[in-house]
Amino acid sequence: MDVATNGKKIEQELEKVVIRFAGDSGDGMQLTGSQFSFTSAILGNDLATFPDFPAEIRAPQGTLEGVSGFQVQIGKIDIYTPGDQADVLVAMNPAALKSNLQFVRRGGNIIIDSDAFTDRNIEKAGFPTNPLEDGTLSDYNVVEAPISSLTKSALEGLQLDNKSIMRSKNMFALGMMYWLFDRSMRETENYIDSKFRKTPALAEGNKRALHAGYHYAETIEALPSRYRVPAAKIEKGVYRHISGNTATAWGLMAAAEKAGKKLFLGSYPITPASDILHELSRYKNMGVITLQAEDEIAAVCSAIGASYAGQIGATTSSGPGIALKSEAINLAVMAEVPVVIIDVQRGGPSTGLPTKTEQADVNIAVFGRNSESPLIVIAASTPSNCFDTAYLAVKLAVEHMTPVIMLSDGYLANGSEPWKFPKLADLPEIRINHPKTPQNGSFYPYLRDSETLVRPWAIPGTPGLEHRIGGLEKQDVTGNVSYDPKNHEKMVHLRAEKIARVANYIPEQSVIGSGDAQTLVVGWGGTFGALFTAVTELQRSGVRVDFAHFSFLNPLPRNTSDLLRRYKKILVCELNMGQFATLLRGRTAHPQIVSYNKVQGQPFLVSELKEAILKHVNEI
Amino acid sequence: METVDTPPATKQYTKKDFESDQLVRWCPGCGDYAILAAMTNALPQLGIPRENFVFVSGIGCAARFPYYVNTYGFHTIHGRGPAFATGIKLANPQLSVWEIQGDGDALAIGGNHFIHALRRNIDINIILFNNEIYGLTKGQYSPTSPTGLVTKSTPYGTIERPFRASDLVIGAQGTFYARTIDTNPKLMAEIFVEAAKHKGTSMVEVLQNCVIFNDDAHAAVTAKENRDDFQLHVKHGEPLLFGKDKKKGIRLNGLKPEVVTLGENGITEKDILVHDAHSEDPTLHLLLARMAPPHFPMALGVIRQVRAKTFDEAMAEEVEKVKQTARYHSVDDLLRSGETWEIK
Repeated sequence: MDVATNGKKIEQELEKVVIRFAGDSGDGMQLTGSQFSFTSAILGNDLATFPDFPAEIRAPQGTLEGVSGFQVQIGKIDIYTPGDQADVLVAMNPAALKSNLQFVRRGGNIIIDSDAFTDRNIEKAGFPTNPLEDGTLSDYNVVEAPISSLTKSALEGLQLDNKSIMRSKNMFALGMMYWLFDRSMRETENYIDSKFRKTPALAEGNKRALHAGYHYAETIEALPSRYRVPAAKIEKGVYRHISGNTATAWGLMAAAEKAGKKLFLGSYPITPASDILHELSRYKNMGVITLQAEDEIAAVCSAIGASYAGQIGATTSSGPGIALKSEAINLAVMAEVPVVIIDVQRGGPSTGLPTKTEQADVNIAVFGRNSESPLIVIAASTPSNCFDTAYLAVKLAVEHMTPVIMLSDGYLANGSEPWKFPKLADLPEIRINHPKTPQNGSFYPYLRDSETLVRPWAIPGTPGLEHRIGGLEKQDVTGNVSYDPKNHEKMVHLRAEKIARVANYIPEQSVIGSGDAQTLVVGWGGTFGALFTAVTELQRSGVRVDFAHFSFLNPLPRNTSDLLRRYKKILVCELNMGQFATLLRGRTAHPQIVSYNKVQGQPFLVSELKEAILKHVNEI
Repeated sequence: METVDTPPATKQYTKKDFESDQLVRWCPGCGDYAILAAMTNALPQLGIPRENFVFVSGIGCAARFPYYVNTYGFHTIHGRGPAFATGIKLANPQLSVWEIQGDGDALAIGGNHFIHALRRNIDINIILFNNEIYGLTKGQYSPTSPTGLVTKSTPYGTIERPFRASDLVIGAQGTFYARTIDTNPKLMAEIFVEAAKHKGTSMVEVLQNCVIFNDDAHAAVTAKENRDDFQLHVKHGEPLLFGKDKKKGIRLNGLKPEVVTLGENGITEKDILVHDAHSEDPTLHLLLARMAPPHFPMALGVIRQVRAKTFDEAMAEEVEKVKQTARYHSVDDLLRSGETWEIK
């Protein structure tokens, strides 16, 4: 980077840039990252975020275990991922530097709080010697800023204790980034005013730190250049910021409101799904009932009970909780009662990596129940797509009288993006028809619609339709308990066929690409952004490869077999050991379905995907 | 306190209206028949439209009950009945929800849901069929089997200590606990009516006989020759008297109950403990519920009945409160909330 002359600094325009904030869990890095993202969204950048934090709430200060990170990519072009490597890293202590250096591009900028680089902290982070002095960082442009002490002096005279002062240093770092990327501080100032409405001294302290950081960055010579990332050309309309978990919560609410029903959420706290429960518990005035159940099982059972009683029953969880819910989900399969199960996937097996992302719940979602147990499985592809997917999950559940499992993941749940949000009026209708009177004097709870094979949803409180349902095999049409062998076989087929016919009510699978490639890259769920970016970048450079991203895992879109047959090789990329690939092999009999897998609790990088795809394309 | 009452029935029902057309498949002589009869006798007395009743159950012999009652019914999975019942009641508070459980269903696999339903005090009625054995799986010991009971899975006798359902109700801050026996249809029907009237989780324990795997488990209380001396029928506000001529009674000696006889050692009715089912303090309820032969009679009837805010009432209140201050009233409001920006 060239040094500025005459006090004037150089400005560089960038198409996109990746920034990573890292510090102790208590340093407020998530807040700093979201503020930077929000300000950038308002300026018209497209962006995607990726919070990367530990399972421990506050691991010991200064340790590697306690490091919390937040990555955001902003651009003047469409952005689909939070970026592979950071162009700028803000590291608040040696531990943050140590665990995040691997994510920084060689030649990138690293801004560190030099006050935090004490011998003790350096040792705690596991550096043998001081990384600022031993050449560890020689490939990077390092800005050593005494953030702690400058924050302290900026806040002098305010009636604040040392702890409060030190908690403002994230604002100092944010201020530096605002100068570096030429962003206004207004949105964050508004945020501070509103957050510390009741404690003006804290509001003042945070704002002073923010400004001090901004002016410090402007002054020091270590930052000779500032960057400009102009607004992206994005579709016209009104936008907001949304995270995957919030979008999921609102999607459920939107569907319930559209259907004229109450939304009942039975849930048990579990990372990374709890935020959906938190969000929904706020809107009790809008017909949302939330029950924090005594366990995962009670959570799903109460939701099924609510659906049986005629409302929209839903439950939210992650892998370990889904395992506990299996028996109850199977009851809903057997009794044919609608219920929505949201699985925010995380690394496993067992407790695994609670805060890290993975896509390894395909098997449990599609197959993880005793006996023949068909149900609908759909997956969200981006944070904002969680809204549409949750909405669709409700629509499919009530229109087809079945449990629907929606797969989200930790990456989508906590990631966020700008979203051109819809109006309720523009969302698809949800058709519910509760029978009111018996047909010909009798009511048959398992008399099916001839097209969809869906049974009637008669709800308690309706005179004349009193009937009994349950988990025992039932006689076709009447629903009475039946152990007749032929009847059982018929019912197994009917339940399977009912779900198979859902394929008639979902869109066919589309392809991104020219259609004349020999290799089809297949993905599903939360890897959309990385896969889309990788494939389209390859396509632009002349590589012949097509891309199909699946939202419907069961049933598969009805053109799936035909579509796959058009390609010589199917490369399924997923964050597991090949579960969707196995499913496709079983369902389509395509002879060459191969996998590219990653199981590190981290999302795909665009670069690694491009490399893998290119290798497979060239091998043909 | 706001309560959601089920609308009154416009029709006078009979027992027959509540009998389903399904063949009842319990063993001949099973106590469940008597409970079913008492229930179909009680339901017409409640003045609730038949379509507003929902019977929920888990798994076990008792759990087949909903199939035999001509109301809405949901035969669910093992031990989880209270959770389903909770969802049903919260989704539609106008429903009269009954939850049928066996001792294994309620106190072993479903113990967690059982205590949490009671803790929340949601307005449902739990009927516990306690035969101290697993019947449907053919005779293993249950959490209420007495220590030493020889069963299929305890050929040398169980070495476990049994639960008392009443202890769990009190421990979970339950507001209604009654105990009855399958040999007294009149008492059963009366108690079912009381349970239905109670706002909050009503827990009725029925001492039920399994003729096949644990016959005469409750004979110390229910046998004809034991009836007078080992059944204490409690009524709120009345002295705790029992025996053939109601000459025996329960007196409190410090914190211990003792059996005394009127007229002996100068004992008069004034010395006899008077039953207060409505006392918030559960100490005496626990004391009464724990009495058992051979040294004491077993207390039958409504032992505890305390009015406390139900979960559904609290929820309705909360909704009203939130409505006063809520900033958003529809999903469209929510979508537009917070910071939005326009790209032109």
